[in-house]
Amino acid sequence: MSITFYVPRDSGALALGAEKVAKTLENEINARNLDAKIIRNGSRGMYWLEPMVEVETPGGRVAYGPVKASDIADLLDGGLAEGKIHRLWLGLTDHLPFLSRQTRLTFARCGITDPVSLDDYRAHNGLKGLQNALTLSRAEIVAQVTESGLRGRGGAGFPTGIKWKTVLDTAAPQKYIVCNADEGDSGTFADRMIMEGDPFVLIEGMAIAGIAVEATKGYIYIRSEYPHAIAVMNEAIEVARKAGILGASILGSTYAFDMEVRVGAGAYVCGEETALLESLEGRRGIVRAKPPLPAHKGLFGKPTVINNVISLASVPIIMDKGSAFYKDFGMGRSRGTIPLQIAGNVKYGGLFEAAFGLTLGEIVDDIGGGTATGRPVKAVQVGGPLGAYFPRALFDTPFDYEAFAAKDGLIGHAGLVVFDDSVDMLKQARFAMEFCAVESCGKCTPCRIGSTRGVEVVDRLSANIEPEKQIAVLTDLCNTMKFGSLCALGGFTPYPVMSALNHFPEDFRPAPVAVAAE
Amino acid sequence: MQSASTDTANRAIGIIDQFKGLEGPLLPILHELQGEFGYVPKETLPLIAHALNLSRAEVYGVFSFYHDYRDHPAGRHVLKLCRAEACQSMGGDALADRARQLLGIDWHGTTTDGAVTLEPVYCLGLCACAPAAMLDGEVIGRLDSERLDEIAAEVRL
Repeated sequence: MSITFYVPRDSGALALGAEKVAKTLENEINARNLDAKIIRNGSRGMYWLEPMVEVETPGGRVAYGPVKASDIADLLDGGLAEGKIHRLWLGLTDHLPFLSRQTRLTFARCGITDPVSLDDYRAHNGLKGLQNALTLSRAEIVAQVTESGLRGRGGAGFPTGIKWKTVLDTAAPQKYIVCNADEGDSGTFADRMIMEGDPFVLIEGMAIAGIAVEATKGYIYIRSEYPHAIAVMNEAIEVARKAGILGASILGSTYAFDMEVRVGAGAYVCGEETALLESLEGRRGIVRAKPPLPAHKGLFGKPTVINNVISLASVPIIMDKGSAFYKDFGMGRSRGTIPLQIAGNVKYGGLFEAAFGLTLGEIVDDIGGGTATGRPVKAVQVGGPLGAYFPRALFDTPFDYEAFAAKDGLIGHAGLVVFDDSVDMLKQARFAMEFCAVESCGKCTPCRIGSTRGVEVVDRLSANIEPEKQIAVLTDLCNTMKFGSLCALGGFTPYPVMSALNHFPEDFRPAPVAVAAE
Repeated sequence: MQSASTDTANRAIGIIDQFKGLEGPLLPILHELQGEFGYVPKETLPLIAHALNLSRAEVYGVFSFYHDYRDHPAGRHVLKLCRAEACQSMGGDALADRARQLLGIDWHGTTTDGAVTLEPVYCLGLCACAPAAMLDGEVIGRLDSERLDEIAAEVRL
């Protein structure tokens, strides 16, 4: 019987040596004359175990990890092909607690299938959502997405169905679907993982969006820092086009939809939707004032749905299982599941998809296992560089859009960066201001000037020059940026700064420098 | 014999013609030019402006706005070190200082032997295996000082 091995092609696995592992395994298969093939799957999202090699057995897939190329010969000698016990043996993949505790809806196939095999995709319930959508009217599709309670997973949390309805209701000869894959927030990698691990789900989601709002053209704007995601998406789009999922007649229907990948050029601000549209049009990534909304006048002035990768990739399961199924997960007004990305100084870092409502403490201590360094957790930044730093005292906050807003934070794109007690929060506040200064598009004054002044104020603070005065200026500056900036870059930079200041005041009032003894 | 600048212009015009029919062709053209030449030669900017019916200022404005585009060639190798929060939490700042010291250059600088250019990058999406880096497009996770020393030696060979 032919043996099937899995070695991920996910960037995270590659960064830890998966390519060498796959090459070595291939050489050994040839040298030993084994009847075996290697499938390059996506990642299951357990990065402390990557590169994680799996083998298909009658009882299910068995995992080994983290595997080094130099382990391969020994693994094969020890019965890797039969899933036998070895020092790197982890057991049945599906039974690993980190995986079995998750609710994988959006990431149901990620790490399981061959990302660019359409047969695999179909065999794992792919395209069912699209097929269902083809039996419904445009308004019915939009209604189903609205009823599911799906909100923008990019961070703003705007109801996806309402956005779609606005575009559907706006008549125009040409409309667009734009996928925001400019995942620039530190601590986030869900978009990257789904594009590298299950690109067809995003293609399917975009096609459904196109049908729903009468758009025939889609663009995926992927950041240039993600070369592997770009390659896999391009490969998958080509496969989908050949199979008739994209093109003049989606799955033989009367609907037409096609899409292409566009690559960013290293500007963080292009993750802001209107700056992204400017960039797609071939201009500087300068934020547009709203209104008009992109839903009315978006790409090239045409009605445009612009959604995050995870929002669009969550649509197929909603169209497959129904809005009630999806809505049943979650809490309050945060419905469905959210792919948490646990990152930074954490023992078990990776992607954990779960219904909304887990507390921050459960995520960091229980699922993440505390810090990688073994030192106490001091702070967790939630929601990327524009998200607040949470102290342990707020670890009872449930993961929910409103609950985080109530604590002066945001869930953003659901990335969590854990810091141990060696972190200097004054330095982190300075970095937030510095990052804003580097990445500001320059259109509005509070962001452009405020961030630079912010760095200067923090520097005076760390030099202990009239600290109370600096803190007052910093607070006032943050207030101006928060309420006076045009977009979230300037508007949210105060979150990390003020949370650091409010929750960790001891780092902002350094002890007076000891005078050296004469 | 063709002069170097005519050769550059011809290659650039070939690329511009290939992409100018796209919707919003400017970024794809700049990417392709950088892929072809390793940077965007400044003499190509007026050619783009002419082909896309834009002013030279507009083209220059776009070119200079984005961090990715270079106006001069990089070293033989390009080492990008992630400077963002997740990598900071795992000692990225100390590694960055070490890299600058080992190579004797600051951010965006190229070693005098032309071996390597050092660039900051804000997130490679490898935040669960930080600190992260990218060497000539190859991703590297859990970078440590030992691996960094190896890289610094390798790139100078």
